[in-house]
Amino acid sequence: MNSEEKPAVSCRGITKVYGAGETRVQALRGVDLEVRPGELLMLVGPSGCGKTTLISVIAGILDHDDGECELFGRDLRKLSKLERTHYRGEKIGFVFQAFNLIPALTSAENAAVPLLINGVPMEKALAKAVECLRKVGLEGRESALPAQLSGGQQQRVAVARALVHEPKLIVCDEPTSALDHKTGQLVMESLKSVAMARDRALVIVTHDARIFDFADRIAHMDDGRIVKIEEADKAAALASL
Amino acid sequence: MIKIAFKMLFGDRGKYLGIITGIAMASVLMIQQPGILLSILNTVYGFITDIALPQIWVMDPKVQTIDDSKPMLDTQLYRVRGIEGVEWAVPLYKGNQKVRLANGETVNSIIVGLDDSTLIGGPPVMVEGKLADLRLPDAIIVDETGAKGRLATPSGKKGEPATPLKIGDILEINDVRAKVVGFARTTNTFQSQPVIYTTYTRAKTFSLDERKLLTFILAQPKSGESASIVAARIAKQTGLGAHTAQDFKKISLQYVFDNTSIVVNFGFVVVVGFIVGAAVTGQIFYNFTLDNLRYFGVFKAMGATNRLVLTMILLQALLVGFVGFGIGAGATALFARATQGSGGLSMRITAPLLLGSGGAVLFIVLLAALISARKVIKLEPAVVFKG
Ligand SMILES: Nc1ncnc2c1ncn2[C@@H]1O[C@H](COP(=O)(O)OP(=O)(O)OP(=O)(O)O)[C@@H](O)[C@H]1O
Ligand SMILES: [Mg+2]
Repeated sequence: MNSEEKPAVSCRGITKVYGAGETRVQALRGVDLEVRPGELLMLVGPSGCGKTTLISVIAGILDHDDGECELFGRDLRKLSKLERTHYRGEKIGFVFQAFNLIPALTSAENAAVPLLINGVPMEKALAKAVECLRKVGLEGRESALPAQLSGGQQQRVAVARALVHEPKLIVCDEPTSALDHKTGQLVMESLKSVAMARDRALVIVTHDARIFDFADRIAHMDDGRIVKIEEADKAAALASL
Repeated sequence: MIKIAFKMLFGDRGKYLGIITGIAMASVLMIQQPGILLSILNTVYGFITDIALPQIWVMDPKVQTIDDSKPMLDTQLYRVRGIEGVEWAVPLYKGNQKVRLANGETVNSIIVGLDDSTLIGGPPVMVEGKLADLRLPDAIIVDETGAKGRLATPSGKKGEPATPLKIGDILEINDVRAKVVGFARTTNTFQSQPVIYTTYTRAKTFSLDERKLLTFILAQPKSGESASIVAARIAKQTGLGAHTAQDFKKISLQYVFDNTSIVVNFGFVVVVGFIVGAAVTGQIFYNFTLDNLRYFGVFKAMGATNRLVLTMILLQALLVGFVGFGIGAGATALFARATQGSGGLSMRITAPLLLGSGGAVLFIVLLAALISARKVIKLEPAVVFKG
């Protein structure tokens, strides 16, 4: 890895508090984290430790309270709300636990949504979406509706949607939790083989130990902090124990 | 994204059809009811409109509407003719008489007696025969609708349709013989009675029991004179009521407004239609947006601006408004055509009426869209990662 390269994500001392008074919850208590371009980082930890909150901050859909968070050297908080929205549209891809495909749209249309939001004309967007669907192994299912697809197929449509606009960062929250083991592996394989690129980073929140093998690094969180970061070999060794 | 917005809308067929139906029904109520009202109001002053030529109507000062009959002495005609600024003035009789059909049944009809020499005040359109034939002995001209409807010759057998009047047929008006010489097209009357035209002199023979027959005096101002000034002069100098045709229409309408609750009744239905339409449409549309809230959240996370999602919602609303109103207006127009000429209540669908109801529908859907959009605008994109 080139150490001169700017980190994809660089967080220092991030804090986040939800609510106030009786309902006050400190979700992040000073998170330091760097994600390198070209790596797949997994974020693991017990329920409620702040994983989702952290990737929401990283993806620019949630404001943190203190600390600094830069995406490719840019502090999103310095952008206006509108600029930040456009920045997300261009630079970030999303994969959700619940797929979140629009039921009325075909696979190709669903996968094309990020391009359409960015103002790409329908025809061009659909062509690109079809290409991405092929990459995730869904050739021939371009005009199927979500309801006509299995869970794994739906999540692969979501993967195609996350990378159709060639974002710099893809964030996934529990992408395999709603899937059985085999399907989960398939989805992870698509993510690893298709979504990875030299200048793109993937951050995947999971508590699914069966997919730890796919990680380059695993960041362990507890009670609003990163407590430990493991490199790949060690993680793989751990998983194989 | 516009196409995506429409696909989302069509994707939820149940709600889509629900919204369309709601708007269509509201549109029907908001077009049909005022349409019928307009048609009724039109009959109120239709008689004045039909008599296009004279600009001034003179009458007994107590007359409040065109359907009032308070005849004046014949000598009033000469007084009006003597007023400065009056070019000419002619008598007009308008009254109710019983017309006896071949089978002995009687039908209440409106008899109009026209000035013998000029025939001013005659029907606007002759369908058959000519107005001048009124100068033939016993001649009458019957309005088209009456000739085919209430005045048609009964077949004598039950269930069989009556034969429409034809030229040469003989009727009895107040036991006096009358011969049909033509048919005219007139605006339906308020009470939809048949209208029979004859000369002023012959009208007297039909109405021997009445002492005074001069219902109206139709007058024309000299060219260059203002009708309203001459009318005011006539009123002042004779003590009679004198109005321009326009004013007389308004007075007649006002009389209907003041003495019936017709406008309130129809207005009530329109308001109910509007409220129900707005409530139903707003409710379903709001639910539709709520159902899709998580997807709007996904769009926002993926870089959709508030402006884009607002546009999507507005276009969805405009589409349902357009389709719903189209169906409603189309259905009403078909209904109007189907019931046209059946002698009952007809409907007048005018451009301002369509514009008004269309505007109301637009208001409904925009309101629904704005209420729904508020929810989406306020939505934080961070909800996408919430279970
Ligand atoms: N919108 C919110 N309002 C108030 N508290 C919140 C909100 N979102 C999260 N929290 C709280 O913040 C803490 C961290 O939540 P977060 O969702 O980041 O945890 P997580 O690690 O993703 O948990 P899980 O594994 O269950 O998804 C939790 O205690 C949670 O209850
Ligand atoms: Mg979570």
